[in-house]
Amino acid sequence: MNNVAQYDVESIRNDFPILGEKIHGRPLVYLDNAASSQHPAQVINAIKELYESGYSNIHRGVHQLSQDATKAYENARATVRGFIHADCIHEIVFTSGTTESINLVAQSYARPLLKKGDEILITHMEHHSNIVPWQMVCEQTGAELKVVPISDRGELELDCFSELLCERTKLVAVGHVSNALGTVNPIKRIIDMAHALNVPVLVDGAQAVPHIPVNVQDLDCDFYAFSGHKLYGPTGIGVLYGKENILSKMPPYKGGGDMILSVSFEKTEYNALPYKFEAGTPNIAGAIGLGAAIEYVQNIGLGAIAAHEHGLLEYATSKLRQIDGLRIIGEAEQKAGLVSFVLDQVHPHDIGTMLDMEGVAIRTGHHCAQPVMEYFKVPATARASFAMYNTFEEIDVLAESINKTIGMFS
Amino acid sequence: MDNLRELYQEVILDHNKNKRNYRKIDNPDGFAHGVNPLCGDQIDVYLNLRDGVVADVSFDGHGCAICTSSASMMTVALKGKTEADAQALFESFHHALTDDEPHPEDVPLGKLNVLTGVKEFPVRVKCATLAWHTFDAALKKIQGEISTE
Repeated sequence: MNNVAQYDVESIRNDFPILGEKIHGRPLVYLDNAASSQHPAQVINAIKELYESGYSNIHRGVHQLSQDATKAYENARATVRGFIHADCIHEIVFTSGTTESINLVAQSYARPLLKKGDEILITHMEHHSNIVPWQMVCEQTGAELKVVPISDRGELELDCFSELLCERTKLVAVGHVSNALGTVNPIKRIIDMAHALNVPVLVDGAQAVPHIPVNVQDLDCDFYAFSGHKLYGPTGIGVLYGKENILSKMPPYKGGGDMILSVSFEKTEYNALPYKFEAGTPNIAGAIGLGAAIEYVQNIGLGAIAAHEHGLLEYATSKLRQIDGLRIIGEAEQKAGLVSFVLDQVHPHDIGTMLDMEGVAIRTGHHCAQPVMEYFKVPATARASFAMYNTFEEIDVLAESINKTIGMFS
Repeated sequence: MDNLRELYQEVILDHNKNKRNYRKIDNPDGFAHGVNPLCGDQIDVYLNLRDGVVADVSFDGHGCAICTSSASMMTVALKGKTEADAQALFESFHHALTDDEPHPEDVPLGKLNVLTGVKEFPVRVKCATLAWHTFDAALKKIQGEISTE
């Protein structure tokens, strides 16, 4: 608990310029972090400095700026490696985000391997981006998509997982943390169970990396995907971690410049990892911004951040439970910092508009997880999601705003 | 808060709570299913015409307060209107919510005016127009069927 006591949320808030903004005349209470988080000045400045004094294309110029930009880009890759404790730097592939990372694995790893009768195993709580790429590859290959069910609390039915896992399963793709429910899945156990049958596992870590320390070697996952923009970094940059022995056997996902060693019209030789998967001029500023974001998070410490956010979650859960007619969707034992909820009398969109007028930004809708909405028989939910800079006072504003909303609609 | 009061006027809240013509019509002349994929709102509109006049119109489904009350008020406004008047009302309502340009041909909106506050909330405009688009689709289906006869 020492971490919580010493956690200086005010000084963190001062690093995020946008948190000083007023929305409809009220101080911004930003609780839409699971959709996208805000940026500290350190990230904004890293990008600004790059464009003002260090920018060029990378990996090709002999001139100074190109060398500097290349170094900064590759340093960001090294920062990512350290952050998720990958064994080596060329296991880190920069992508445009989690969605592209998953599509890369679906098309480059799964597609050449799958045949009719094979199965891909996902779960009922996945984000659309960890459903649709697998549906596409199943359609292309004749393989079948199998889905692990969830419980009323919003937890995976592990018994069913072990029943569905079989010799036909060619890959398991599972979210580390559910974006719609907040559930933290027991991925270590899932990976161990899959590996016992020699089935590789992809983990969608988009909602996990901002909140939970991740060690891909301890987890022994085969792929781990995440985005920069939920981790206080820029949009348009993400990461695919893959084990070297698997990545090296995979064909390129996209063709173009930088992913080749030599090109002739007869034969092209592909570049080494990770460049084989980074065709075209990459998102240089995005990668450098992501590197700065990770350094910022590391300076504060993910352990301290997780403890603070857990405090916010417990406080918000108990506050919201006191509100008559409010139902929390997703009450897993292990949850990350978000609360999805519905009100008896008020549709989530009306909640969203009412809260917005109080300066409170939340997400309303199906959260790109329509199967989850269907399971809980709600068309949509309202979702408040927390980040390292949120405060207990902001949770009070959230609760008051919900009460006002109910007052207006009753 | 003023904007909010403008958006959620008493009439709107009343129609949201006490929906008018919220029922299915068996074997309707026209039917359409309207979906707003962004937010999951779903509205079914049922329509009966008699001699070119809207004899009965109803809806069911689910949506937010703006969507639901707009659907409810729409059914009240449309009953008894000729096809041409109904279409003119749809277009005028649509203009009032989406267009800054004046449209001299537009007809008065009457009670539907309370919904024009939605214009200040651009992301909510689709909520208010979903039922109308669905009605329009139902009507066009009938007209399409008639024209092929």
